[in-house]
Amino acid sequence: MVADLIESIVKILFIFGVNIGFFSPILGWVERKQSALMQDRVGANRADIFGYTLIGLFHPIADAIKVLTKEDFIPDGADRLIHTLAPFISLTPAIVAFAVIPFGGQYELFGHRVNLIIADLDVGLLFVFAFASLASFGAVLAGWSSNNNWSFLGGLRASAQMLSYEVVMGLNIIGVIMVYGTLRLSEIGAMQVNFFDWGIFLQPVGFVLFFTCAIAENKRAPFDVAEAESELVAGYFTEYSGLKFVMFWMGEFLEIVTIGGLVTTMFFGAWHLPFVSDQMLLNFFRFAGPNGAAILAILVNIITFFTKVIFFIWLQMTIRWTLPRFRYDQVMRLGWKMFLPIALINIFITGLVILVK
Amino acid sequence: MSDTAKDLHSEYMVINMGPSHPVTHGTVKFLLTLEGETIIDMKVDIGYLHRGFEKMCENGTWEQVIPYTDRLNYVSPLINNVGYALAVEKLIGIEAPQRCQYIRVIASELARISDHYTNVAASGLELGAFTAFLYFVEARELIWDLIEMLCGARVTANYVRIGGLKNDLPDGFKTKSRDVFKRCRELWADVDKLLTKNRIFIDRVRNVGVMPPEDAIAWGFTGPCLRACGIPYDVRKFHPYLVYDQMDFEVPVGETGDNFDRYLVRMEEINQSMRIVEQALDKMPTGPVNVDMPEYRWQSKDDISNRIESMIFHFKTVTEGIKPPAGEIYSAVEGANGELGFYLVSDGSGKPYKCRVRPPCFPLTAAMPKMVRGSFIADIIPTFDMINMIGGECDR
Repeated sequence: MVADLIESIVKILFIFGVNIGFFSPILGWVERKQSALMQDRVGANRADIFGYTLIGLFHPIADAIKVLTKEDFIPDGADRLIHTLAPFISLTPAIVAFAVIPFGGQYELFGHRVNLIIADLDVGLLFVFAFASLASFGAVLAGWSSNNNWSFLGGLRASAQMLSYEVVMGLNIIGVIMVYGTLRLSEIGAMQVNFFDWGIFLQPVGFVLFFTCAIAENKRAPFDVAEAESELVAGYFTEYSGLKFVMFWMGEFLEIVTIGGLVTTMFFGAWHLPFVSDQMLLNFFRFAGPNGAAILAILVNIITFFTKVIFFIWLQMTIRWTLPRFRYDQVMRLGWKMFLPIALINIFITGLVILVK
Repeated sequence: MSDTAKDLHSEYMVINMGPSHPVTHGTVKFLLTLEGETIIDMKVDIGYLHRGFEKMCENGTWEQVIPYTDRLNYVSPLINNVGYALAVEKLIGIEAPQRCQYIRVIASELARISDHYTNVAASGLELGAFTAFLYFVEARELIWDLIEMLCGARVTANYVRIGGLKNDLPDGFKTKSRDVFKRCRELWADVDKLLTKNRIFIDRVRNVGVMPPEDAIAWGFTGPCLRACGIPYDVRKFHPYLVYDQMDFEVPVGETGDNFDRYLVRMEEINQSMRIVEQALDKMPTGPVNVDMPEYRWQSKDDISNRIESMIFHFKTVTEGIKPPAGEIYSAVEGANGELGFYLVSDGSGKPYKCRVRPPCFPLTAAMPKMVRGSFIADIIPTFDMINMIGGECDR
């Protein structure tokens, strides 16, 4: 019992620390530096402590101080309660969704079975979707409560776009569920031991559609019509400042990580190295004793998983800085008239293949 | 569904886009009437950058107008310099020396290149293609290096003088321009790859802001926007000035008159302008760059110090200004946005009696409502970018 509690707390602290403490500040820096590299610029390199700039890594700290000391502005005529609530609704799902994503296998450690996932829900995938759709409320309510026409238009766009893409994303997932026969993400991960059982080989179309829809769901370029800065000033968060603005921003970055985690888990072998199963890892680390081997295997799992996640973060950033923005109606047309039929055909073909097998 | 919609109480949303809105650079206000995202009506409100250019000109000497013209189209100031100087020279009835004309052609084309870079880059930026924007900004910086070499300033050039130039072409200009153009062509190819065949970009600009050729003429379109409609009108070809008739270049034309054609025309004009600069550098004759008429163009400092006539003329032209004969003329050059015309009236005194500018982007801005009515808010952005409204020139 106590061991379970300790295990849970350690895992929660680890994931929370990685997401809030590492990814969300560092991604702001990564986005600046990566775009700078792509665009022949230097990027953020001014913030320093005692003259050390550390390639701009102090900028997240400087940003945090700036944001905390900024005026928290609520416009006249805004709905104060909803205006304050909206950023929380936007940020929380992004944090929570990671609870059901496994970052390693199951190991025997000091006589206790450790499962490297915070909440091993049997409806894990549905849980992710439930929270992803909650996040859209944040955008809608922010747009509605700001008493600003641009925010309002942004909120409308956000609601329509996120609802449409959730439908397509849900249909994409059905292909994955049919192939693996489970909604539990840790089981989906465990089934991808064999390299050729990775989701990318079983559901290639599903991967492309899911990844695209996930970017659209996260409202990042080229699907950032809800916050299109040249059209709607800043869309639904035009009237936000200080910490509340950063909460939207952090929500977006954490969703990038979550998307990376989901794609890795469903399509890229989760925590597995190609052609290497957890048992092979344990055998390989036999020299360290049973507990030592388990710890080393866990470390390899975690590093493998987060390396894959970081690759997909990089991919999302690259897409964001390469492509121009869609028009609102084009986003909707793409979702309903292109992705939805393809997703349905994908389900049909997956069904046929399973039937024939 | 439609019956229910009729019974619902609904009204249009009236919204101010600008004057301080990210897309209304150059400072302009659009008063939009929206039904959802569709534009029912649009009113354009200009004048936020009005400085009284024409009145200022009447209070200075003819020479003192030249720095003001830098601030007209501040993205391509050298063309404004050239346009004004040509107009005054036409009023006086003099012609600049051959070498001066070649250098003016080079200056104009460099300015045109930098203007087109800025325009294409900014439209990319506003459609979300930030990387394409910065590639062309780098190219523009290189062109500005050349302009800096030429006249010492990067933006407000103030290079051309009535009857001559501030200075001759600097040494090493030809070598430097060869290096710069090499890099610029690489960057051009990168942006071409990023935008021209990009499906998202094409979707955003194809069939948006369409202007039929006859309407474009009726609204007074000139420049790339008119040529995008398929009408090959270019002042450089139809009313050649300077030495453009000796240059081998083509005038790219579009077919449909939409934003994509405007983009393509500008992209090709960048290449053609580089060709012109290279030809001009190759054919450049030697000789003086200023007319030998001390009553209109200052002599060299040496002459002013040592020759009494030069000194008298210098004193007269500085204190009273040069004095073109009384009369009025209209002279036009091909600006980066279209026909940039100067209508000058002289009463024989040292100051312009009237200095009226025909800004190429004024008719284009006026046609904005016609081009976007019935389309979406998002369509304002590429359309407004592609007409390239420059506040300094439109509002004066």
